[in-house]
Amino acid sequence: MAGNSSTRKKKRNVNTAGYFFVFPFVVVFLIFNVYPVVRTFYLSFFNYKGYGDLEWKGLDNYTRVFTDKFFWRALGNTCKIWGVNIVLQLGLAFLLTIVFSDMKYRIKGLGVFRAIFYLPNLIAATSVAFLFRTLLDFQYGTLNQMLMSIGLIDATTFANPQSIVNWLGNPRVAPFVVSIIQAWMWFGNSFILLMAGVQGINRDYFEAAAIDGAGRWTSFAKITIPLLRPILIYVAITSLIGGLQLFDIPFLINDQGTSGNPEGKLQTVVMYLYRFGFEGGTKKQVGYASAIAYVLFLIILIVSVLEFKFMNRKEAD
Amino acid sequence: MGDKIKKGILYVCLVILALACLLPFYLMMINSTRSGAEIVTSFSMLPGKSLRENWEVITNYFNLFQGMKNSLLIAIPVTLLSGYFSAITAFALAMYKFKGRGVIFGVILVFMMIPSQLSLIGFYNLVSSLKLINSYIPLIVPAIASPGIVFFLKQYLESVLAPSLLEAARIDGASELYIFHKIVLPIMMPGIATMSIGTFIGSWNNYLLPLVLLTKTEKFTLPVLVASLKSSTDIVKNQGATYLSVAISVIPIIIAFIFFSRYIIDSIGAGAVKE
Repeated sequence: MAGNSSTRKKKRNVNTAGYFFVFPFVVVFLIFNVYPVVRTFYLSFFNYKGYGDLEWKGLDNYTRVFTDKFFWRALGNTCKIWGVNIVLQLGLAFLLTIVFSDMKYRIKGLGVFRAIFYLPNLIAATSVAFLFRTLLDFQYGTLNQMLMSIGLIDATTFANPQSIVNWLGNPRVAPFVVSIIQAWMWFGNSFILLMAGVQGINRDYFEAAAIDGAGRWTSFAKITIPLLRPILIYVAITSLIGGLQLFDIPFLINDQGTSGNPEGKLQTVVMYLYRFGFEGGTKKQVGYASAIAYVLFLIILIVSVLEFKFMNRKEAD
Repeated sequence: MGDKIKKGILYVCLVILALACLLPFYLMMINSTRSGAEIVTSFSMLPGKSLRENWEVITNYFNLFQGMKNSLLIAIPVTLLSGYFSAITAFALAMYKFKGRGVIFGVILVFMMIPSQLSLIGFYNLVSSLKLINSYIPLIVPAIASPGIVFFLKQYLESVLAPSLLEAARIDGASELYIFHKIVLPIMMPGIATMSIGTFIGSWNNYLLPLVLLTKTEKFTLPVLVASLKSSTDIVKNQGATYLSVAISVIPIIIAFIFFSRYIIDSIGAGAVKE
């Protein structure tokens, strides 16, 4: 009896240690994670210049977001840049996964290629932005110098700002250039994830399929793709969440900052939010920026859920 | 024979893709040794002779090494704090049964899905009312609560640690804190290291948050400093100096990558396959 109660007492002490261990996390989490999210929500119902008093606006900020054609333009730009990017990024990663997991060709050098393909992802987006901004400069950039030295363009090209080689100044070309830079930065990352997934697949499946006479494409379509689905969902959703928050590259790729020129084609949602929340000196519209943040979050949430459902349903079919 | 040719074509394609990944960095290094006048009038794959001049233009304009030091002053404590506190939190969530454990874990899952930009305005508002603008505290301390890392380490711990090991230590009279430090932490080390690589790179490359929170040039981190090139027309005119400053910000990462690439790549795969 005595022994039993002492065990119980000891048990209780042991589990109390759990509280002690999670305490720092919980305190910091409440202050720096939970509070800012709640505070942003609160501010989205007010008019606030970043200093002074809060002026209650009810749902006005939200009504304004939904009727603000520049918000929708920014959202459209973001989706377009992300859409082109994800097709390139996942397409390339997928092709590479097929090549490197091919049992027949047995391509060597996976370690080296994987490292090289991943390298652009490691570099700070600010450095990437400046690097490409300088390399792709219309008149003075190294890329156009290269094109000129092989005779594809000549000095007269620079007289026409609508030229296709005005990579960052032509409103029809610049969004694609940003998409390509994003894909260049991220395809190695997706490739590593897909490859890690393929290597996790039991070899026996492939061998059994081969014994049953399944060809390379059949076993790819029937084994590899279905088993990679969780990773594909992961890559697609994280890429979407990241893509809708696109900021660094389009913000820094030319001199126009948050106006996202040429012709506002590079203005993303977060750049638009930044414009109201952090620029404009004493005329900031912090409440409006907060409402934009929440609408963006809502969109991300809806699209993630849809994407998740869509990709899971395919499995059921 | 046909297969050999196909295989050859595949290798050629892979090499071209690899070159596409490396060429911009190569041109960056070449151009940082050429003068602005050379760069804007001709193209070359060979180094020039203006490295010293470019270096002087940069040092007259800003102190990149100060920025590098500042970035380290943030990234190192961030990595250590997130590693240690995520480990102890994951340990508590995985191995102890206490009230509220499920709630904490649920909230962690929800916050992993919330994009950071959502709270940017509230975060800035909090930091400015705490008078911590230009302080590194709001860039470092939040690392103590890293939901994603806690999630990963909890899964990791559940697969590598047998609860019977803890019981044995308790019978020997070890305190819970002692058990964590001497038994659990060493077992978790590979998992912590995996996550720490990503944490360090993420902190080192972070741009938007320091951009918003730091206003004094001497406090700028490397990415913010590099991005401040934007407002300096004289240095942008001298393209050689622009390339050199970008190169200085990129080369430490490339060197680190050459040594740690295997671990870095494993850490990316680990994050996804576990989830």
